[in-house]
Amino acid sequence: MTDTFVHPYIPNTGPAARQAMLDAIGVGSAEELYDAIPASLRLNRPLNLPEPILSERDLKRHVAGLLAQNTPVTGALSFLGGGCWQHDIPAVCDEINGRAEFLTAYGGDTYADMGKYQAMFEFQSMIGELVGMEMVSAPVYDWSAALTSALMMASRITGRKRTLVTGSLSNEKWSHLNNTGGPWLDPERLAVNPQTGLIDLDDLRARISSDVSAVYVEVPSYFGVVEHRMAEIGRIAHDAGALLVVGVDAISLGVLAAPADYGADIVVGEAQALGVHMLYSGGLCGFIASRDEAKFVAEYPYLMVSIAPGRTEGEWGFGWAAMERTSYDLREAAPDYTGTTQWLWGITAAVYLSLLGPQGLREVGEGILQRSHYAMQQLDALPGVKAPVYDAPHFKEFIVNFDGTGSTVAAINKRLLDKGIFGGHDLSAEFPDLGQSALYCVTEVHTQSDIDRLVAAIAEVTA
Amino acid sequence: MTRLRNFHAARWDEPLILDKGTPGERGYIPPAVDAGIAAAVPNPGSLIPEEMRRSEPPRLPELAQPQVLRHFLRLSQMTLGCHVTPDASLGTCTMKYSPQVNEHLTRMPEMSDLHPLQDDATTQGMLKIIYDFERMLCEISGMDAFTFQPAGGSTAIFINACIIRAYHRDRGELEQRNEIISTAFSHPIDCAAPSVAGFRVITLMPGPNGYPDLDALKAVVSERTAGLMMTNPEDTGIFNPYVKEFTRIVHEAGGLCAYDQANANGILGMTRARDTGFDLCQFNLHKTFSVPHGSTGGSCGAGGCTAELAKYLPSPMVVFDGERYSWDYDRPDSVGKSRSFHGNLQAVLRSYAWVMAHGAEGLRAVAETAVLNNNYLKSMLEEIPGIDILYDSPGHRLQEVRYSWQPLLDETGVNTEDVRRRITDFGLQGYFTSHHPVIVPEPMTLEPSESWSKSDLEEYGAALTQIDQEARTDPEFVKSSPHASSVHRIHEEAIDSPDQWAMTWRGWKRKYGEERVHSA
Amino acid sequence: MKRIGLIVNPIAGMGGRVGLKGTDGPAALEQARALGATPLSGERARQALAVLRERLGDDLLLLAAPGPMGADIAESLGIATRVPPSPDRGRGAGGEGEDGKTARRQDGEKEGDLLPSPAVGRGAGGEGCTSSADTQTAVAAILAEGVDLLLFAGGDGTARDVYAAAGTGPPVLGIPTGVKMHSAVYATTPRAAGEAAAAFLTAAKPQLRESEVMDIDEEAFRQGRLSARLFGYLMVPYQRTLVQSLKSGSTSGEADLTGIATDIAERMRDGALWIIGPGTTTRAIAARLGVPKTLLGVDLYSRGELVASDATEQTILRHLDGVPAHIVVTPIGGQGYLFGRGNQQFSPEVIRRVDKSNIVVVSTLAKLTGLAGAPLLVDTGDPTLDAELAGYMRVVTGFRQESVQRVL
Repeated sequence: MTDTFVHPYIPNTGPAARQAMLDAIGVGSAEELYDAIPASLRLNRPLNLPEPILSERDLKRHVAGLLAQNTPVTGALSFLGGGCWQHDIPAVCDEINGRAEFLTAYGGDTYADMGKYQAMFEFQSMIGELVGMEMVSAPVYDWSAALTSALMMASRITGRKRTLVTGSLSNEKWSHLNNTGGPWLDPERLAVNPQTGLIDLDDLRARISSDVSAVYVEVPSYFGVVEHRMAEIGRIAHDAGALLVVGVDAISLGVLAAPADYGADIVVGEAQALGVHMLYSGGLCGFIASRDEAKFVAEYPYLMVSIAPGRTEGEWGFGWAAMERTSYDLREAAPDYTGTTQWLWGITAAVYLSLLGPQGLREVGEGILQRSHYAMQQLDALPGVKAPVYDAPHFKEFIVNFDGTGSTVAAINKRLLDKGIFGGHDLSAEFPDLGQSALYCVTEVHTQSDIDRLVAAIAEVTA
Repeated sequence: MTRLRNFHAARWDEPLILDKGTPGERGYIPPAVDAGIAAAVPNPGSLIPEEMRRSEPPRLPELAQPQVLRHFLRLSQMTLGCHVTPDASLGTCTMKYSPQVNEHLTRMPEMSDLHPLQDDATTQGMLKIIYDFERMLCEISGMDAFTFQPAGGSTAIFINACIIRAYHRDRGELEQRNEIISTAFSHPIDCAAPSVAGFRVITLMPGPNGYPDLDALKAVVSERTAGLMMTNPEDTGIFNPYVKEFTRIVHEAGGLCAYDQANANGILGMTRARDTGFDLCQFNLHKTFSVPHGSTGGSCGAGGCTAELAKYLPSPMVVFDGERYSWDYDRPDSVGKSRSFHGNLQAVLRSYAWVMAHGAEGLRAVAETAVLNNNYLKSMLEEIPGIDILYDSPGHRLQEVRYSWQPLLDETGVNTEDVRRRITDFGLQGYFTSHHPVIVPEPMTLEPSESWSKSDLEEYGAALTQIDQEARTDPEFVKSSPHASSVHRIHEEAIDSPDQWAMTWRGWKRKYGEERVHSA
Repeated sequence: MKRIGLIVNPIAGMGGRVGLKGTDGPAALEQARALGATPLSGERARQALAVLRERLGDDLLLLAAPGPMGADIAESLGIATRVPPSPDRGRGAGGEGEDGKTARRQDGEKEGDLLPSPAVGRGAGGEGCTSSADTQTAVAAILAEGVDLLLFAGGDGTARDVYAAAGTGPPVLGIPTGVKMHSAVYATTPRAAGEAAAAFLTAAKPQLRESEVMDIDEEAFRQGRLSARLFGYLMVPYQRTLVQSLKSGSTSGEADLTGIATDIAERMRDGALWIIGPGTTTRAIAARLGVPKTLLGVDLYSRGELVASDATEQTILRHLDGVPAHIVVTPIGGQGYLFGRGNQQFSPEVIRRVDKSNIVVVSTLAKLTGLAGAPLLVDTGDPTLDAELAGYMRVVTGFRQESVQRVL
């Protein structure tokens, strides 16, 4: 480094401190500290990077100037969902996840980071209350990762490879499952009833056998459909010795039944809706839950925070549940890995659930049900538009078909965009059988006038 | 003489929030349903079939907003983030300053309120940032392409293993090439990730210099070799000077080489992955590139590779046609998704701003200062009688050192776990001991990044010196630590026992009894 | 109140500083004394007990062997101590039920398999000299009263005696004081023994692991020839540290064992002859297949079935006729011997006929790292073969996990 380059982020670029340290080490320059790297491996030129912007004001102007080219959903009217959703975010959520202590903590244990662990234990506890399970992991990357890991867990627990998953699984999740679970699982997609969007139970019965490790169903599904025969699906799975794995959108659980109540063995899901910004998908935060049985716990690839009694009376602290592997261990049948995941959003979700409480969560769920059903009614009334496509109960999301309008979703969405509206996600490539269909998402952020504006705009562009 | 501070952590003795509150209280009211909607859809409960309706409300806390805010603020105060302590403790994690201005940028709605599926025309600014940052990492590593989809370093390394798998599959050699070679001082994920990808993994043990002997590598390389996945400098801070020989030998055997660059902070601008013969690499943006660790994420593992392998990177990738940036989903050779949508792009935004604030000269200052700090701290710790530094490697350590407290244990009975607890009494983060396998006995891995000042490091060294002395005069005091933390020692072993562990409040109540839980 | 058994072999280690390789047998002891050797064991046991006392305070009762074999040391520290009467004298006092507490020789253990008892002649060395029989008698007396942990101070000869009396059952920990320390039952230092004992006694969920009791033929050793064997396993406290963070990866030795077992068991279902050496690592493989395995013997398998148990060299050679074969061996913990220690059934002829390329070495990573960089060793008795085996060998360390080690 040059003598003159003093960087505001780097304390020891100051010449006095630097010289004192070099003297203490006994070298003439920092360059001498690189004597372990052979000269032939050294880069003998400066990196070709943009000139540094050392002034904070200039840096902010530059980056904010680029960001200004984006239009956030809050600057438009968006009906996009499909696994990442726009919800209202209480100010306290942003306050807590912006706290420097949480923001910049990492791998310390309970003696240094007691508060971080307590918040995480509270996240696990509240997710446990939502899904009705005693065992909940710390946050997983996202729902896709949770799903893949849960199905690999099921494979290890049962010693089986075939896995039956709902046919309405998104491509995002299907691709993740096949890439990560590829060498270990044989996933098959179950047929979906074209009228109802529900699992085709005949197909399930035909495929289930003693070599199936798990049946995976989402409530609500990627299409927003609420499968209501979960108890029966669970029975079919259990009769064959398979596990019932259920995927949930956590915000639905103020109005939808706890998966444990209808026989789920493992529950996975997404917590982004619980007070976390979408962040272009950076806000996702998955979880895995199950019963507190050693044969399940032993298979969690992700770490869990356990509470532990203190050695001082009345105290308690936390630690990683270490899960010393037992005879249940069949890890080698489908190994998995973990790493740095999405804890900051887990803490945020704990704040959100604490603010809402049981009543708030129910009201949010009911408001979503009312608004999304209102939107379906209004859209379905438009000529050539069918909403929802499936004759089934829905939560938050639903498929709108535009075949009768003669327009493609792409064309409609382009014209909606001109009006400042982000239309529903185009499913025509992902699910060609659905024709020109789009996945719409309506949440508590949408007002009646928002929905009416959408309906009027679609009426106009499909006219 | 450095003054040791008379520290005590915040100790709020804060109950679990699930044990607080009173029925009927609440901290938030959702947006009201407009009258027209309520009229059109009057009874939301009836929209859910009875068997799927929630029967019992979830037992969530019932508190007003000030009480919720206060609870979590107190928890935050009982957490030693690296904005409040100079965290030289978490070696291999590269704890450094996350510039505050980057938080302001990340929290702008133009970043935080973007949906991953919105039209590319509405995200041109962010796409340009991603595209430009990809070019920067290519320059820093010598690679040709990067993905930012992996939401952590582990996933990026897993994707590298998947790319090695896809490469050999396309050449019809996957059946034959089923072995990945790694080293014992690399991160365990360099074994675990290829294992999940279906490979057999061969771990090279360290030789007398701390890195594996070339002969050991030669002994295991064969027509079965699919690739090499290793860190350099390794967790000891020792740079393996034969790394280019390693990559050459593996290439000659027909394998690919993937560089785990989680330990890159000391070598930015000094040596590059590609120039060392690697085909793939990854950077942890939450380490080297200043993204705050977020109490364990969200983060980003940026995965890079050569042009030849770029087609395998996860879908989608950002492309630029000279006018417009867009997501390219048409990637038939891609290994598949590593995470839903695009990953933690807020990390990319922060890293972009961080590199822009440094430039080439600044990155060099980062690397040199990190190495300077490490050697300065090491020079202090060499004076502590209870500390040993293993391996007689030529040259200086780079950004970190794995120390051993074995002499202290032998002389006083105080082990590294005791010292690690005790150091929190000085307001310093409990340090990282070691990855597994534990090769350095009684380990302590310290990484004083460029963000910590000379006096920060002196304070750190003084604390360890003091603990060493305490161990000699009053070992029980060290063993019974912490004394000034938010909590005293817990029954760590309870966590291993199925009848004592509890991952949720409901589990805790069942195992420990409602009464004990509430009185705690 | 924690009950700790204590037995000290007062002469253990005396030979070391005067260049002898052990003090098993009165002649050796005499020689050691003549060379000016003084007893060390007592002082080292004292160091360990001092730590234990510091950690446990008065919550401690020592059940010690008489005199210099324990009680003297304990009393000098002021720890509450009781000397149990020897079973001979005390017989009948405890009633029928008490007998069950006395550890017995493991079933299936064959007297004739053992080398001659390491110390000959009861009390032959006069004052301060104890015999193998004394040690065994004292251990039995202590165990008969029931202890939470038995501490012994000595070397491999003492470990053998403790094993002979205690078997693989009660928790035992060695305070290292001997010259020969091939067994894996000792703490690293006397202080560390005190710490480990305290940790074990205060743990909510104490854990034990089987550790090897090894010894060599001292007479041969003194003549410069090594001939060691595995005598059995003692249950030794095992201290697992708190898993620190997600960055640590797997820590569990049990998981590694399961992984190794699965990896090898998968391959053993073929038609080849699988010749499996002694040890807990290799036993886990048989357990995975659901077939019996002798702990100390070499057993033969084919298509996942047991073909011959506790095979001699001749048995192995007979089965080797005309079939492809593999040898599965695990190095001895702490010293790294692959061949020539405790598995002499793998004679040079057996190894040659199987071929080096068909030797499968298995070991947990913990055991490998315990070698602290030292190479694996072979001592087949045939220097030419030893030279052929030297070089690098792969070691299976888990499911689809291997390492590579230098072999000398």
